[in-house]
This record gives sequence, structure tokens and C-alpha cells, in this order.
Amino acid sequence: MSDTYAPTYETTEGRVHTVMGQDWDSVLGAAQGQAERVVVNMGPQHPSTHGVLRLILELEGETVTEARCGIGYLHTGIEKNLEYRTWTQGVTFVTRMDYLSPFFNETAYCLGVEKLLGITDQIPERAQIIRVMMMELNRVSSHLVALATGGMELGALTAMIFGFRERESVLDLFELVTGLRMNSAYIRPGGVAQDLPAGAEKQIRDTIMALPRRMKDTADMLVDNSIWMARTSGIGKLDLAGCMALGVTGPVLRATGLPQDLRKSAPYSGYENYEFDVMTQTTADSYGRFLIRLTEMGQSLNIVEQCLDRLQPGPVMVEDKKIAWPAQLSIGSDGQGNSLDHIRHIMGESMEALIHHFKLVTEGFQVPAGQVYSAVESPRGELGVHIVSDGSTRPYRVHYRDPSFTNLQAVAAMCEGGQIADVIAAVASIDPVMGGVDR
Amino acid sequence: MSEVVVPAGQPLLEVTAVNQGMFGASGSGDTSGFGGLVTVVPVPVASARPFGSYFDVIADELQAALPDFDSTWDKAIEKVVVDRDELTLHVRPSELVAVAKTLRDEPGLRFELCLGVSGVHYPGHDGREMHAVYQFRSITHNRLVRVEVSVPDSNPHVPSIMSIYPTNDWHERETYDFFGIIFDGHPHLIRIMMPDDWQGHPQRKDYPLGGVPVEYKGATIPPPDTRRSYS
Repeated sequence: MSDTYAPTYETTEGRVHTVMGQDWDSVLGAAQGQAERVVVNMGPQHPSTHGVLRLILELEGETVTEARCGIGYLHTGIEKNLEYRTWTQGVTFVTRMDYLSPFFNETAYCLGVEKLLGITDQIPERAQIIRVMMMELNRVSSHLVALATGGMELGALTAMIFGFRERESVLDLFELVTGLRMNSAYIRPGGVAQDLPAGAEKQIRDTIMALPRRMKDTADMLVDNSIWMARTSGIGKLDLAGCMALGVTGPVLRATGLPQDLRKSAPYSGYENYEFDVMTQTTADSYGRFLIRLTEMGQSLNIVEQCLDRLQPGPVMVEDKKIAWPAQLSIGSDGQGNSLDHIRHIMGESMEALIHHFKLVTEGFQVPAGQVYSAVESPRGELGVHIVSDGSTRPYRVHYRDPSFTNLQAVAAMCEGGQIADVIAAVASIDPVMGGVDR
Repeated sequence: MSEVVVPAGQPLLEVTAVNQGMFGASGSGDTSGFGGLVTVVPVPVASARPFGSYFDVIADELQAALPDFDSTWDKAIEKVVVDRDELTLHVRPSELVAVAKTLRDEPGLRFELCLGVSGVHYPGHDGREMHAVYQFRSITHNRLVRVEVSVPDSNPHVPSIMSIYPTNDWHERETYDFFGIIFDGHPHLIRIMMPDDWQGHPQRKDYPLGGVPVEYKGATIPPPDTRRSYS
């Protein structure tokens, strides 16, 4: 017990032990006889707390009598930062909130800005299809991480290897289309930053053809796996009434049997034109949520295929030159940079184009005063954005209603009365992303 | 605010702010000639019936049901705004709990899901600087409604609706943390994002922003709100 790195010390609340792993017996031995209750701080730095989440568990033996969450360790003030940037620059910030689903953050924000501008129905068809396609690919990559980290947290390391391997192929597509694997700031108010590069459609098609076969490996390994089922079935139960009271949405809500999905109930970006099913389960437990994520990925790939079939050549940004981002990017011999054609145009051919470019990039466009709420169905549930404009070139207030933040409130309801080992399975099934929780 | 300038075609009821000049900073030698520009920031005007879409249904149901919950339409609703296809009910703070209970329990309304509360700070909105904005979603009827409550900065008390919508636990704590709005009746209103011993409420517009010291002859990069910028 005289570990230099894990000392034991006295506080006003009682004796504090630092647990380093493999030493539970000695800690319990030391705590015996004097502790009436044991409070375990799990995290914020702990591999199975899913990021910097701190769980405060009160234990009686191995039974959890009280569970509370400590959050805020990843708070970066993104909402405040937005108020000092132009509307377009805001995309670069919001994409970093829930870092596993950047395209959903971007789309929710852009839909709100477009609603404020009153240009919702002017967004070109091609831009809308690309948005849907990127979001659905993103749903696949996000669910793959949920399965991978969820598997790892329960000791299924192969699931982690498989999940991250498959996700990598999706991230390759993001890199091909946007130039970045994550945090791409690709979806912009008015459309998307740039058109698909040559060969992208073929590569996306190849990937979504290959993915189902590879994802089947994960499914084969876990779906009927008796250990996996024993660890997740009946664990982290939360019924429909509990979900409604706690505001829980997404796979956790659909695992109670309610087919609530904003893509169906309040379609945006043209989701009403795609054929897909809303996946539900009735078990309301961790296993049901796992099955939902697994089957939703298949539906998402299906939507991506429909997107590819519907893609027609055309513009990817609104026609309104007062809003459309003037610069265009291209890939040269030395990497990605400004399109030489555009540089030639503004520097050599048109003074007006230069002024226009300068004004839009430095000052930005003005958005009429008012407020809107726009919401998309992110991999974790309803991702809502409340945007207030005072008519200037910068947001007056942007608030994200992040599903991870809201869903995490269910930890107490899911874990209290259960075993400490099941806390991990329950939290993993919520799939919180702390970047989104803390913003 | 003795003299307000009304933009053409914009009916004006309330002004939340008056901005002067083109650039945010003053005293920095603005030679642009735009220093005399004055722009006002109006609040959207109140709408009259019919509100359109399903908004009339919500208003009718609410008006009929509010007496069952110890309130009335006139007592509870300050004004109704329909803007950009969204319905906003401006509710008096004292009646917020009754309105929330009606929205949840009345079969014709049935807003099962509260999507949390967001704060907005309007320093220029005299006597109602702090706004708490709630979104409610009805899955049964597939409807959305926004409820807005305004309180003065000097007495920023809004009743908690956590007893009706438990999901608002963390949302109200967040809004308290960032804006200093006090939700009366919340059982555990403590900071959630910022450290427990933090001073001030960072999302308020008057919260001092830090500059960035740079190692060049003691110079600093000024805080973003005092930099010269377009506004």
C-alpha cells in the first residue's frame, strides 16, 4: 500500500485510496472495519468510462447503490467562441463538438442558419444528396466506434479491432471527399464546401459494397455469443416512460419499441425521398441497443447507395452570391489548396470578384434577426440547435442540445441496484461522446 | 434609446440592442466613415390569429386547458410569435410550471419530450435581460413548440420545471452555470460544466474575455470583444 504513485491519504470525508488495478483485494482489506460505505470515483481518466467521464459510484459490496456522473472535463466553450466568428466560420467550431459525428453537428447548424436566412428551399439538390450521403456514412462510422469501444470495455477486444478497421475505410472516404478524416467543416451554410472529387463516387460505391461482408464478421462474433449476451442482456434497462421523462432519444429510445426517428417524423435535407426502415427492439436493454446499432448501419449503407443512384451533376452551393462561399479548393501537385482558376479570376481578371471575395471571407454575410430551432437525428438521438441572430454577421447565441448530454442523465436510472461491472455495459450502451456532452 | 431608427418594412415593438458604427471597437482611429451608422436589433413582432399550420390547434388547446391547471391564457401568455414557421409562446415566469404541466398532460397537446432549456442574454433589453428558451416536442402529434420566459437581470428567478420534465435537471444546471439564471425549486442547482469554484457566468454578454499575452515587447492580443471587427 505504500505505492509512490497511488498513495493513501486522509481527508475530511474519510480515507482516500487510489486504485491502480490488480490491487482491489489490498484496498478492500485496508478499507474493511472502518468504512461504512465505499464511494468509488471511476474516471475521468479511465479507459472504460468512454472518454473523460467521471462516474461516482456508491457501493455495497459489488452492488451499486448510487451512481452519479461528473462532467465538464472537456468543456471548451465552443458555443461562446461562435459568437465571435462569422456564420460560416461557425461550422469549423461546431464540427468539433461531438467528434464522432461531425457531419451531423455541421448539418444541424447549417439547417438552422439557412432557416434564418430563408433559403432552405434554395439549397441545390446535389448538395442535399451529398449531405445525406455524408451523414449516413458518418452514422456507420459512429456506430462502428460505439460497437468497437463498447466491445473493448466488456473485454471483447476483437470487436474493437474489427470496428476500428471498418471505420477506417469510412474515414478514408471522408478524407477523399473533404480532405480531412474528421472535423472537416465540409457542410456550409448554403450547401457544401466543394463538389465530390473525381473518382469519389466509385470509391464510395466500392466501400459500401465491401462493408456489409466485413461488418458481418462483427455480427457473427457477437450477436449469438453467449458471453456477449450474458454481459448485455437485461443490463441497463430503461423503459419507454423512463426515456420520455429523462428526454432520452436515439437507439436507447428505439430499444423500447418506439420508432421515433426525426428522419421519418420531421424530414430534412430530403430524407422523405429515401427508403429505409426505423430499427426497433423491445428489450429496452444494452443488448437491444447493440442490435439496433448493428441493423441501423445496414439501413445507412442502403441510403448511401440510393444517394449515389440519385446524384446528378449540378451546383453544390446556393446561387445567391451574397451568401455562397466564393473560394474553391482543388488538389494540386503540392497538395490541397485554393483553386488556381479562382485565384487567376480574382487576381487577374475581375476587381469586383476580388472585392466580393474579400468582403464575404472577412466580413461574412448578415443573417436577419430572429431565432430558430433545427434538429437532426444523430447516431445518438435528437441533436438540436437553437440559434439566435441579432441581424449581424455573427451568431448572437448558439445552443446545442446534444443527445449525449441528455442521455447521460439516465446513468443513475440504469445502474443503481446493479453490479459494478454492469455499469460499464450500461454506459457503453448509451454511447456518450464527451466532446458533445461538454462542448 | 430616445430615438430609434426603424428599418424599412420592419414593424418594431421592442428593441433589444442598438449598435453604433461599423466596427466594434472605438478609439482605434476608424477612418472608414461608417462610424455614424446606427443599427437597431428588434424583437420579432407578436402575431395575431390565425397563426397558421398546427399553431392554432396548440393555442386553442392551451387556452381551453389552462384553467384546469390553475392558470388562464391571459394570465400566462404575454405574446405569441410565429416566425420562420416556428411557434414561440412568451410565458410569464410565474405561470411557467402550469404551462409546462398543461403541455405535457393535456391529451390534445401531449408534449412528451422537453428538449431542454437554453439561455440568451440581451443586455439592452431593459427589465428582461435574461431569457430562458425551452423547446418541447410532441411525438404523439408530431409537433414542436417553443416557450420563452424573460426575467430581469437584477432578479433572475425562473421556476424549475424539473418536477414535470426530469430531463431538465442537467439543462437547468447548465443554464444556471452559463447565465446565472436561478431555477427555483431545482433540488441541486450547482455548476455542471465550469469548476465548482468558478466566478461569474461565462456565456453572459458582459462576461470579461481574456486577451492573449504574446512575448513581444509586452504586447497582448486584445480580447475578441474589443478587437476591431465588423458587426
